[in-house]
Amino acid sequence: MDRRDFLGAVGAATVTAILPPAAFAQRSSYDRLLILVELKGGNDGLNTVVPYTDSAYYTLRPRLAIARDAALQLDQRAGLHPALEPLMGIWKGRELAIVEGVGYPDPNLSHFRSIEIWDTGSKSSEYLVEGWLTRAFAATPTPKSFAADAVIVGSAELGPFVGGGARAIALTNTQQFLRQARLATPAAAARNTALGHVLRVEQDIVQAAAGLASDRVFATEFPRTPFGNAVRTAAQVVSSRSGVAAVKVSLNGFDTHSGQPAIHARLLKDLAEGLVALRLALVELGRWDSTLVMTYAEFGRRPRENGSNGTDHGTASAQFLLGGKVKGGLYGQPPALTRLDGGGNLLYAVDFRDLYATVLEGWWSADSARALRGRFAPLDLIRA
Amino acid sequence: MVRLVLLAVLGCSSALAAGAPLGFDDARHLLNRTGFSATPAEIDAYAVLTREQAVDRLLAGAGRPAATPPPAWAAGFESPRRLRGMSAEERKLAVREIFQQGFELQSWWLTEMLTTASPLNEKMTLFWHNHFVSSVRKVRSPQLMYRQNVLLRQHAFGNFGEMLRVVARDPAMVVYLDSASNRKGQPNENFAREVMELFTLGEGNYTERDIKEAARAFTGWSINIDTGDFMFRPMLHDDGTKTVLGRTGNLDGDAVLELLLAQPQTAQLIVTKLWREFVSLQPDSAEVRRIADLFRASRYDIRAALRALLVSDAFYASHNRAALIKSPVDIVVGTLRQFQFTTGDVMPFVVTTSQLGQVLFAPPNVKGWAGGEAWINSTTLLARKTFLERLFRTEELRPMLAAAMDGANPMATARQQENRERFIRAMMEVQFDGARWLGQFDGRGPEAIERVVLAAAPVNEPLPGLDRMDFIRQLTQDPVYQLK
Repeated sequence: MDRRDFLGAVGAATVTAILPPAAFAQRSSYDRLLILVELKGGNDGLNTVVPYTDSAYYTLRPRLAIARDAALQLDQRAGLHPALEPLMGIWKGRELAIVEGVGYPDPNLSHFRSIEIWDTGSKSSEYLVEGWLTRAFAATPTPKSFAADAVIVGSAELGPFVGGGARAIALTNTQQFLRQARLATPAAAARNTALGHVLRVEQDIVQAAAGLASDRVFATEFPRTPFGNAVRTAAQVVSSRSGVAAVKVSLNGFDTHSGQPAIHARLLKDLAEGLVALRLALVELGRWDSTLVMTYAEFGRRPRENGSNGTDHGTASAQFLLGGKVKGGLYGQPPALTRLDGGGNLLYAVDFRDLYATVLEGWWSADSARALRGRFAPLDLIRA
Repeated sequence: MVRLVLLAVLGCSSALAAGAPLGFDDARHLLNRTGFSATPAEIDAYAVLTREQAVDRLLAGAGRPAATPPPAWAAGFESPRRLRGMSAEERKLAVREIFQQGFELQSWWLTEMLTTASPLNEKMTLFWHNHFVSSVRKVRSPQLMYRQNVLLRQHAFGNFGEMLRVVARDPAMVVYLDSASNRKGQPNENFAREVMELFTLGEGNYTERDIKEAARAFTGWSINIDTGDFMFRPMLHDDGTKTVLGRTGNLDGDAVLELLLAQPQTAQLIVTKLWREFVSLQPDSAEVRRIADLFRASRYDIRAALRALLVSDAFYASHNRAALIKSPVDIVVGTLRQFQFTTGDVMPFVVTTSQLGQVLFAPPNVKGWAGGEAWINSTTLLARKTFLERLFRTEELRPMLAAAMDGANPMATARQQENRERFIRAMMEVQFDGARWLGQFDGRGPEAIERVVLAAAPVNEPLPGLDRMDFIRQLTQDPVYQLK
């Protein structure tokens, strides 16, 4: 054995001895995709997952409550809004987890501030510059070959990917992005840090544009709504030849201060039909088992209805997680409508960062302490 | 001995530099950092001045009220009380009107930025807007936001101590930081916390106890809901003994502000922020301390601090050139001013500035816009480039715009349709007289144009033999165009 072979053998042995097997498993964790669905404006959790046996619910909402026999029963006490009927197939297939009572301590009732808290994964009293996923990608980088860390469909705001560190691309449709991206030029040498930053972003755009081109034609029919189009674009991004770790789509209009019944029913129908189309498209791509879809919103609505046939800003709400590897069922805690806070709002049962820990640890097998700036408890809702 | 001679030579050369005219590149640097991108004529006018003369001229022109007349509604006050008796439909209309007025207010300020004879005036007003942050999204009264802007202008080049005292009583601030709900026995700490953390001392220079005690001192500071004026409510004021920053007594709000102004950290914080705004994102601690001492010794004369900063060697140092990222306002207003565009309705520019991440009168949170590298991500960079691309192709786009005017979207509401038409009409008014602008460079090569448009050499060397309009397009698409 010559010297070089000897060193090589020692080297390999040392590496395998030091690194736990998990370190190797982690490398491929971004084969698993995360799709975030933001319900902008603050979705009414109580009329989404209806506590249909709770008399307090019917007292607080004489006009807005979903009637007991209209709710789609999930178990002995909870039922879905009837407009969510398209989701019942996924529920019965045990691929839909519903987490009740998601919120955070000292809730802020401003749209702007509360979504900032959700996006940056901050405490209600601190202001962070980086999104929770920006920090996650900094702690555990995605493969260099990926088109981007994340693609945001239909919104210019980077949300959970905000802050310089993430390779996040926002686009409304892929074709338009590819046209615009021609204005970006590949990297050159930077002469100072400011220019270095501009050049890095240019390079991100060029790389994303090269990786996101896709001419996939789907058999799945997408709803002819703005949300349906966003879902189609998301599916197209997933079908492109180089990967992304996360995709975000949003559905607007949940700020239902007045005339809620008709508006909310239409939104939930859009949501359900969009999610069903998303599932079919991902099944078509063979990606349903390696995708986790999660909804979120800045807050829920006030339990007591207002005088305008609507609801005002609230706190805790229900969120959905779905995917081929999701253990379907109800999680969290039923709303305690007789124990409201001083503002007449729900107390939270599950910290929103517990959901984030579920994504980071349960889904990506990544460390969550750095990204979430503390320890949060993942929910046991991912199948092995 | 050798060292002494060397020192004498160095001292001599820097004295020479101080007395010498700026020259073109230094004048460009000064004007583009203290204002919006300057025209060749403006740069030439400053190139013959010394550093001191140039800064004195800039400061002499600043500190005046806005020349653009405010919207007619700005002088009044509509009490939020009126919303209470309204039906849901009436309230919806009222909220829509507040939104519309907020937009008019943005248009007013952007118009002033586009037309002012003193860009530094606007830069400093914007600097203070991002220091003493309030947002129309929380205040919900465009009138109070207008009043605050007038106040910031009034004090932008005045005395910082005086400014702090009037801003603390400014009705928009009283609403924004919840002073109105800070009452004896039920303190709201929002203002007390931010006045220490963000307006004066900076994090780490006070304790949680200082905040709690200071909040008690500010109890009773409120507004009159009918007039929108500041009002002190003695019944809600806590006149017990408090201890703030080691001082004990029956302190009121003004006494706390004096304690904050007495701390050396306050001058440090303001000068550090001015440095980040005008010089670089990496403050030089020795220089900051020198200017902060001077600022404090002048009893917080803002002009004195600005003057010291703008005549310093650090301001002109080569490593600080092209080292700041342009803000959305810099990109939009700077481009329109430097290339002397003709514009009508400023609506598209208000929209663009917002899309690029800077909604005037609505910073994202109490810390203000983070600025610097945070201005540029994939979305905003492409939006900047698309904006610039369209701006220099308005002639080609005109027929498409005209066609778009007829192509109404059947799904759009009447209001959306109206806004769309307004946007298109406004874009059709935008004109760049390329021949006239390029005429200023007659007889000079492309380097002369490059020296005006870019803060440093372009990353992508323009192809030789480019048509001059294409040359401008290429320079404004270059990554260096994002820098100042």
